[in-house]
Amino acid sequence: MQTESSTDHDVSPASRTPVLRVTGLTKRFPGVVANSDVDLELHRGEILCLLGENGAGKSTLMNVVYGLYQPDEGAVEVAGRPVAFGSSADAIASGIGMVHQHFQLIPVMTVAENVILGMERRRGPFLDIDHARRELRELSSRYGLDVDPDAVVGELSVGAQQRVELVKALFRDADILILDEPTAVLTPQEVVEFFGVVRGLAKAGKSVIFITHKLREVLAVADTVVIMRTGKVVASMPAAGATEQSLATMMVGREVGFEVTKDLAEPGDVVLSVRDLQVTDDRGHATVRGLTLAVRAGEIFGIAGVEGNGQRELVEALAGMRTPVAGTIEILGRETTRWSPREVEMLGVGHVPEDRGKHGLVASYPITDNLILNRYHRRGFSRRLLMDRAAMTRNALDLIERFDVRTSSPQIAAGTLSGGNQQKIVMARELSSDLHLLLIAQPTRGLDVGSIEFIHRQVIERRDAGVAVLLVSAELDEILSLADRIGVLYRGTLTAVMDRAEATRESIGLRMAGGGGDT
Amino acid sequence: MSSPHPPPARRNLLEAYFRLAPLTVPVYAILLASLVGSLFILGAGGNPLVAYTALLDGALGSPDRIAATVARATPFMICALAVALGFKAGLFNIGAEGQLLLGALTAAWVGTWSWLAGAPALVAAPLVLVSGVVGGLVWGGIAGVLKARTGAHEVITTIMLNAIAAGLASFLITSRDPALLIDADASTPHTQKVADSVRLPILVGGSSLHLGIVLALALCLAVWFVLQRTTPGFEIRTVGVNPNAARYAGMRVNRTIILVMMASGALAGVAGAAEVIGGSSGYLTPGAFTNIGFDSIAIALLARGNPLAVVPAALLWGALLSGAPLMQVQADLSVNLVRIVQALIILFIAADAIVRLLFRIRAPREAGIDEPARFARGWGG
Repeated sequence: MQTESSTDHDVSPASRTPVLRVTGLTKRFPGVVANSDVDLELHRGEILCLLGENGAGKSTLMNVVYGLYQPDEGAVEVAGRPVAFGSSADAIASGIGMVHQHFQLIPVMTVAENVILGMERRRGPFLDIDHARRELRELSSRYGLDVDPDAVVGELSVGAQQRVELVKALFRDADILILDEPTAVLTPQEVVEFFGVVRGLAKAGKSVIFITHKLREVLAVADTVVIMRTGKVVASMPAAGATEQSLATMMVGREVGFEVTKDLAEPGDVVLSVRDLQVTDDRGHATVRGLTLAVRAGEIFGIAGVEGNGQRELVEALAGMRTPVAGTIEILGRETTRWSPREVEMLGVGHVPEDRGKHGLVASYPITDNLILNRYHRRGFSRRLLMDRAAMTRNALDLIERFDVRTSSPQIAAGTLSGGNQQKIVMARELSSDLHLLLIAQPTRGLDVGSIEFIHRQVIERRDAGVAVLLVSAELDEILSLADRIGVLYRGTLTAVMDRAEATRESIGLRMAGGGGDT
Repeated sequence: MSSPHPPPARRNLLEAYFRLAPLTVPVYAILLASLVGSLFILGAGGNPLVAYTALLDGALGSPDRIAATVARATPFMICALAVALGFKAGLFNIGAEGQLLLGALTAAWVGTWSWLAGAPALVAAPLVLVSGVVGGLVWGGIAGVLKARTGAHEVITTIMLNAIAAGLASFLITSRDPALLIDADASTPHTQKVADSVRLPILVGGSSLHLGIVLALALCLAVWFVLQRTTPGFEIRTVGVNPNAARYAGMRVNRTIILVMMASGALAGVAGAAEVIGGSSGYLTPGAFTNIGFDSIAIALLARGNPLAVVPAALLWGALLSGAPLMQVQADLSVNLVRIVQALIILFIAADAIVRLLFRIRAPREAGIDEPARFARGWGG
């Protein structure tokens, strides 16, 4: 994919006056400088990738540009004129559009209704939606965005919803498009398609700021890269000539090992065996539809797939949190299909849930309590019904040290820590007992490179110690670098199971989108 | 770039401040309520200074008055504890009113069992209290089971159970044919007097302050201990703040909900029972204890659900109620003004944004959702 970098569009910025210029911008929050003396220039027809880890200040910068925050120092110019946005409405009026990571669409409304929301035109007392539909058709044909104005948004695919967001911005005459992590929700094929759309927009004279932390995307689509670290711009350069390694080093501030080093797996006995499993979601829709798999001791079985294909329900069923409709689950030779979470846990199953805020942690509890959240009943942490506070504190101090949780005290509320540190708490708790099976879902979502490295190492260490690991991740890179065997989950079944050695990004990507089932 | 962490000295001050922060809002709310209350007093043609002095004098002016205040606070304390326990499990038990009444009814009935009259007080009184526990427990348990099994919201079910309890009490107390609990010889309807052996001893001679206050204090301490130091308490609190995490952690959420509703009902029930056998009359009249359960919700809110904070909050409530008559006499004002001040206190606590705005109290820091908050806390070193 690297080869198809920015060679196929040769837009040279038409005018030398930047459409957007940020100079000396500083934004402070209590106790911290989120943006420090940031400079940025965006030209007409340019695709600029804003690259940085979580917390580097990318979002703050873009929120200032989009009028959501007011800068403490520095200036923003649009097309050479200084601007001071009081709100995002001002920014939109100046031709800036932003597509947020979480779409701001109303699912029960049609595309046209969503697009005109907030700027409805009337004809007499009635809504003039025909005008919007006409303009939408015109916009979608001009920019090659396939959007049906009359489709109900909730019934569209994620990729299509994203196009609606783009059209929404274009409908508001945006010349500058800010895209916040736009590829996070797309399949690899959809990403390729999406890049085509973005290039088309740039060719038509729009300027694009593309926020990402994925190096591959920078190389594939960017004209210019701006790298941020701890609130400052550390590099600003043409994308041509950059390599993943050079970008990563600048982004993280040190050399990063990309390849997770691990020995070949030495699989033992089957620990987890699932047969014809069917599970429904909260609304009663079948999301896991006849899934069969087996995971052996000492191997990592990776489940790839676009989110929403049954991952959550599968893991919850295995952990005892959701009762399957049909099929069987066997762990260590015992049928656990209808067991409770407590029973499954007592069998030696660790579960790192995909949503640490909802399931994995109690944000208001101190670290100490979170580290025993599901082990409090065990001897060592309580005697009869009395909690042993001293033992809990000892446990916390030990795990904080071993798992490198950055905190000043074990009494600090877990919710006040960074995502990486929160995840380390969940990992520490789930990995620190005698394990036979580890269920681990989206373990590095939203984490910085340093934490990701650490967590990957921990998972591999467990594997080498003979634990069977079931890894569910929407990040294909994570699956490819960790898993020994890979299964692709599509609409509730595994459409393919292969050894890591046979798997390629393309073959998995195709199956994630539902294709390539002939082998 | 400035350090993300404040220097150590300032940090300690900050921590101390945040530890005290839960207290600041109620205290300011009381101040603010008194201030707004004085506007009402002025409007009613009174002098706020005279009125509040009289209120204070009536509540705390002499040892007898203090004893009366504490006696007044006793049922509120236990009943508010019941509501506070529900809060901890994320349950809004509006039904303390009915549960208290059920406890009072069972106590009024069991207390008249003839064999109890001959039993030693050490056996008889606790037995009646236990009967109150059972009455409240059943009533609270119904709401708990309904919630856990069918998802029926406890606010709705307990309101209805309150209505049923009120009707039931009125019927049991006043019915002459069949004569159930009524004292047939009395001119105004009330239940038969409970046996002397089951009466709670008076603590201060000449006052109405009975042993119930000791029970109330002990229960507050016990509930606090259970919540903070035991595994069931850990389960209750976890279910209360994050039921999803509780389920993930292998806790039985529905079972906890049922148990807490039972325990909450039991506490309310014992509050009613203690009032029947500790109160000066020793019997139950129709309409007795009206609003104790509802006021207790307010007290539990004032205490922010903390079992230990229930003690001062209930005492404040008792003081306001027991000082009101003197205020009425000396400042020539309606007792209703005290009810207004009480309502204002709760209003300002519920709408704590007003208090925070007026006194510039910072909101407690919540889990990082927005970028600035994450920045302020995320940087480990």
